[in-house]
Amino acid sequence: MSDKRIVVIGGGLAGLMTTIRICEEGLPVDLVSFVPVKRSHSVCAQGGINAALDMQGKGDSPWEHFDDTVYGGDFLANQGPAKRMCEKAPEIVHMLDRMGLMFNRTPEGQLDVRAFGGAKQKRTAFAGATTGQQMIYALDEQVRRFEAAGQVKKWIGYDFQELIVDDTKTVRGVVVMNMNTMKLETLPATAVVIATGGPGYIYGKSTNSFINTGSVATACYLQGAKYANGEFIQIHPTAIPGSDKDRLMSESARGEGGRMWTYKDGKPWYFLEEMFPAYGNLVPRDIATRTIYDICINQGLGLDGENKVFLDLSFKDPDELDRKLGGIMEIYEKFVGDDPRKVPMKVFPSVHYSMGGMWVDAETDMTNINGLYAAGEVNYQYHGANRLGANSLLSCIYDGFVTGPAAVKYANEVKPASDYDALAEKFLGQSEKLFEQIYAMDGDENARKLHQEMAKWMTERMTVVRHNDKLEELEKKLVELRERWNHIGIADHSKVLNQEAIYVKDLQRMMELARVLTVSALHRNESRGAHYKPEFPNRDDENFLKTTIATVSEDGPKISYEEVDTSLIKPRARNYAVDKHATETEGEDK
Amino acid sequence: MAEKTVRLKIKRQLNADSSPFWEEFEIPYGPSMNVISCLVAIQENPVTRSGKKTTAVAWECSCLEEVCGACTMIINGKVRQACSALVDNIDQPIVLEPMTKFPVVRDLVVDRQRMFDNLKKVQAWVPVDGSFDMGPGPKLKESERAVHYELSKCMTCGCCLEVCPQFEKDNDFMGAQIISQVRLFNFHPTGAALKEDRLHSVMGKGGVAECGNAQNCVEACPKEIPLTTSIAEVGRQVTLQVMKDWFLK
Repeated sequence: MSDKRIVVIGGGLAGLMTTIRICEEGLPVDLVSFVPVKRSHSVCAQGGINAALDMQGKGDSPWEHFDDTVYGGDFLANQGPAKRMCEKAPEIVHMLDRMGLMFNRTPEGQLDVRAFGGAKQKRTAFAGATTGQQMIYALDEQVRRFEAAGQVKKWIGYDFQELIVDDTKTVRGVVVMNMNTMKLETLPATAVVIATGGPGYIYGKSTNSFINTGSVATACYLQGAKYANGEFIQIHPTAIPGSDKDRLMSESARGEGGRMWTYKDGKPWYFLEEMFPAYGNLVPRDIATRTIYDICINQGLGLDGENKVFLDLSFKDPDELDRKLGGIMEIYEKFVGDDPRKVPMKVFPSVHYSMGGMWVDAETDMTNINGLYAAGEVNYQYHGANRLGANSLLSCIYDGFVTGPAAVKYANEVKPASDYDALAEKFLGQSEKLFEQIYAMDGDENARKLHQEMAKWMTERMTVVRHNDKLEELEKKLVELRERWNHIGIADHSKVLNQEAIYVKDLQRMMELARVLTVSALHRNESRGAHYKPEFPNRDDENFLKTTIATVSEDGPKISYEEVDTSLIKPRARNYAVDKHATETEGEDK
Repeated sequence: MAEKTVRLKIKRQLNADSSPFWEEFEIPYGPSMNVISCLVAIQENPVTRSGKKTTAVAWECSCLEEVCGACTMIINGKVRQACSALVDNIDQPIVLEPMTKFPVVRDLVVDRQRMFDNLKKVQAWVPVDGSFDMGPGPKLKESERAVHYELSKCMTCGCCLEVCPQFEKDNDFMGAQIISQVRLFNFHPTGAALKEDRLHSVMGKGGVAECGNAQNCVEACPKEIPLTTSIAEVGRQVTLQVMKDWFLK
């Protein structure tokens, strides 16, 4: 076997699919994950995966799916990659079905589909309301086959530290830590794929897991990788606020007929249906979230004066709810204590997904560091300024199809490093130095309290509504917090699974990334998708139909811009109160 | 009125080889708290109830929605996920212990790799030719799909093994988790291609015949997977396979 190896960081959907594709193309994989891959955050995805299979004979097509995606993303998605993703989607769903994913079925035994936000066609295939979990399991099983055959080596319980990069800006390996022994090691790599998901934990409470720190993407950014469209953070309209995290109540609840309402003048007010007659409860997430926020915060019409509105399924057939939405019925019952088959659920928006991420090449998913790839939520492809529900699982899998073969092609062509051992030694020493510093920390600051402070500031100023003066204050605050990080004191000096030391390392990176998101938002003086500034309430294509690029510098993130590929669909106004006018036809594409 | 608090008693262990010891904590109460938010509160202020400075308690978690299985531990004597253990619904002091059937790494963290290794032994996968486009998958009856979806919800958390009298730290018994996966993959039209291999792998030592029929597993499963039905079904398949092997000798 060749001595070429590809390191994949992260064992969620994108990491697993990339691993499968690399193995099929014949190279061995070192798969690094700090949790057993079956416990990756992808398990939290509920509603389903979009594919224009036209299972109901209503004339759906990949082009229509593509148009919905671009329109839903407020025209900031690069159209080439978005179109290719939508075209591949039916094939992807068939592949998952062949792998044994227990998709819900029609009476004939065909794949069942349901409605999702921002689309008029039913094109979301699903497995109850635990589609992400079922998808992870299907891919995990396939990767285990390759593992049993010796082609994949899993490094479970290993935490990524930094890239090993030479002076030609080419990645040659990674530094990782065995968390059980706190020992740092180097792994040589012909190419490296980052598939580590989103950064929701920056905000403290979000729908994300505690493991979604964005730490790996930040480490790459600090080593020179570009970070694109960081300002576009999706706030999901329907989550249940909790003491540790906010728990997602899938958009599929509305896809299956769920209605959102609150009381106005003593009567139920179905605000989305009234304000957006064409799409009703299935408007895209940015719009539903802004509406709920306005109703609760500005109009004071939240339930019992609190920041909550109803998501109502109580009028539906309970058996059907169990079959199609069992997973979220169970979560609501277990964590809130009420039965959503009988009473409406109480929900409020929560930080959910990052449309932005590591900048990658549209054709290959390669970053601006040679041999470094990014796949899944961690990159910025496909979703523009707002992601449509059930497109994230699709983009994770599709990225595996792009990244895997591209990384193998690159690995087969690149020349080996001239002096790998010395290079690895240098980066290992750097990582060791950081942990020596952390172990020696004896200041007065409490790391958890610093995180809470950052989370509060970020949640108040960098979510639904953004003001430039407040963003400027926020940036100053983040610089201050980053300085105070140096004065943390740590209590745990153990060399066995020291979660405090690892957390302190991640906290520094979360602070750096928070600043990237904030500065990116500060510079974009318009409103587009999830990015809304009341001072600049309209979309400004003339000045801002472009991708934000943040690059690391001594004085913080440096912002530049890049053209967006709008070669296939001409940007048009976005209005979900009326039917989407398909202004483009497939004919123009040919 | 004194501020409302939550009391916890936690079994700790510094590393794999050291002896366990107990520490008690008292933390401020908040609405809708679960065991996870208690452990986070200890991270914020790692001081015991008697005022002694200590270290934060190590534990595993990921999804916090009871779909990943990571935060499994013994809570007031019952094995379950810490995320769905709501403080309002359980007695105090809340007693936390690591699972006993797997080796402890530190505090509440155990090494459950054995479960993943066993998935390899029984080839718990559908042997597809590849990821390339080969058209739609097999048609499935919705009623059958619904049954097997339940089996597919297994989070590999290990609750069923923790309560199983036959599953021990140092024996070979695979337990309900694996046997139920054998049933799942033997059912699948393509997965069935490996049915005989799978049955052979659960036929001998550590296999389905070693189940003592205590039926604790099905009670403990947080996803209510019909594990005893799976054991009975795979037991039946194994018996038929034994006869078939005998006739073909």
